[in-house]
Amino acid sequence: MDNHYFQPEIETMRRADLEALQIKRLKESIRIARQSPFYKARLGESGITPDSIRTLDDLRKIPFTTKNDLRTHYPFGLVAAPMDQVVRLHSSSGTTGNPTVICHSQHDLDQWANRVARCLYMVGLRDKDVFQNTSGYGMFTGGLGFQYGAEKLGALTVPAAAGNTIRQIKFIRDFGTTAIHAIPSYVFRLYEVMKEMGIDPRTDTRLTTLIIGAEPHTNAQRRKIEEALGVRAYNCFGMSEMSGPGVAFECPEQNGLHLWEDCYILEIIDPETLEPVPDGEIGEMVLTTLDRDAMPLLRYRTRDLTRILPGDCPCGRTHRRIDRLKGRSDDMFIVKGVNIFPMQIEKILMQFKELGANYLITIDTFNNNDEVLVEVELSDLFTDDYSQLQGLTREITRQLKDEILLTPKIKLVDKGALPQSSGKAVRVKDLRKNK
Amino acid sequence: MTIKQLSVFLENKSGRLNEVLDILGKADIRIIAATVADTSEYGILRLITSDTARAYQVLKEHCVSAQQNDVIALTCDSMAGVFAAQLSAFAQEGLSIEYMYCFSIRDKAFLILRTSGSARIDEVAHKYGLHIITEKELQQL
Repeated sequence: MDNHYFQPEIETMRRADLEALQIKRLKESIRIARQSPFYKARLGESGITPDSIRTLDDLRKIPFTTKNDLRTHYPFGLVAAPMDQVVRLHSSSGTTGNPTVICHSQHDLDQWANRVARCLYMVGLRDKDVFQNTSGYGMFTGGLGFQYGAEKLGALTVPAAAGNTIRQIKFIRDFGTTAIHAIPSYVFRLYEVMKEMGIDPRTDTRLTTLIIGAEPHTNAQRRKIEEALGVRAYNCFGMSEMSGPGVAFECPEQNGLHLWEDCYILEIIDPETLEPVPDGEIGEMVLTTLDRDAMPLLRYRTRDLTRILPGDCPCGRTHRRIDRLKGRSDDMFIVKGVNIFPMQIEKILMQFKELGANYLITIDTFNNNDEVLVEVELSDLFTDDYSQLQGLTREITRQLKDEILLTPKIKLVDKGALPQSSGKAVRVKDLRKNK
Repeated sequence: MTIKQLSVFLENKSGRLNEVLDILGKADIRIIAATVADTSEYGILRLITSDTARAYQVLKEHCVSAQQNDVIALTCDSMAGVFAAQLSAFAQEGLSIEYMYCFSIRDKAFLILRTSGSARIDEVAHKYGLHIITEKELQQL
């Protein structure tokens, strides 16, 4: 048996078989969902029953489920199983109204742990590994989600939880930690403190693998982490509504995240028209759970933007890959009929070493014409040469035009002139009268 | 021999030049020569100051984009025809002048310029009898 795969029969399943499995499980999910008050009403109205599904395209008959649905039916309106079969719940922070609650049966927890174990195995972890999890434990799914998954794999799992960097480093050294799950900014913090303590992670620790996610980061940042710590770092995607970590994960190819299609149906839609977009194009990810008893979610609008990477992955897994996240669909704006996402612009700007990290996109109407102004801060590498500055502006304009298909106006500004990139900085100002 | 000039990025907004000069003034940095070039979107302020390295630091602390760079300072008599004679040296040697600014004090003129031939400037100065002055000399004016 090939030892690259945790579940070879599932991970390399022929597409036709995988799709047949999806149809079978979708019917079952609809049957279960209809036992919740929310879906009983919602699916009842639109007349959706398991028999409505003959092909995967029939999925599109089902209405979308939104975060707002979860909030307005807080806490248990979407629970389909009898409450005595519900063994755990996780909840989001609920900073803007009711929190969202996701309930799990024992089956759900087992399957979730299995998915996470599959992901960790995929990036090379085995039972001999020591896995240190720096996620917050508690309501946040990154704690218990990775804990149970790594235990399922058989790794020695250290629930270090968040914070106390000195203690984290002591654990890494004393327990011989080989793998860490952390958000990228915390990895840099760990590295800085190790340096201050005179510890070289490349020679003084057994670290080989980093799992990084939950925070947007670029491929360049990943390479920096790999270089500094002497590890391979893998991007992961999960969200509490889809149980938590283990929804999609990079394989050793580090080129896109395999989304486990035996457990989820993946759709990418245009957030305006709600129609599917072709493979390779950016849109909002919509997910349907296929293996959840207590609280199935059908066509859940994640608000996360990504695209399907077309083509087969050399690793042999048949589950399709999504690109790293491109931002939130709420941030999308439309100019002259073109959907534009701030991440598309950010991606281009970040390639210029002459530019800093902060930018601001303003859309306004001039002479009945919608125009995009991109203000971007200079980095320290300011040049005294006019032709270079003008060349820089021209090159930014050219590359942005290739990406967003219209010509923006570029304005270079001083470092510090724009809102900082950390936190929830406003990146887009839409000043148009008639949006 | 070259001297240090400070180039400052200026956003095109009212009061920005004043802000930058104010930062330098409060840091007790004297401005010996200054010029502003502008386009519709931004300007570049070029300065010779009493302490270029410190001026650069101070501006950096205030998040002003700036750069220290090398230019050439010449001095000559402030008399009819002398300016032309000075520049003819560059023309004869095929060196281009990217930009230049000048000032005069009594009977002396001072030229700050950037040329494609910085590397050869000592040789050219010797050949044509140009008088290059040092940063220190300039700062003592």
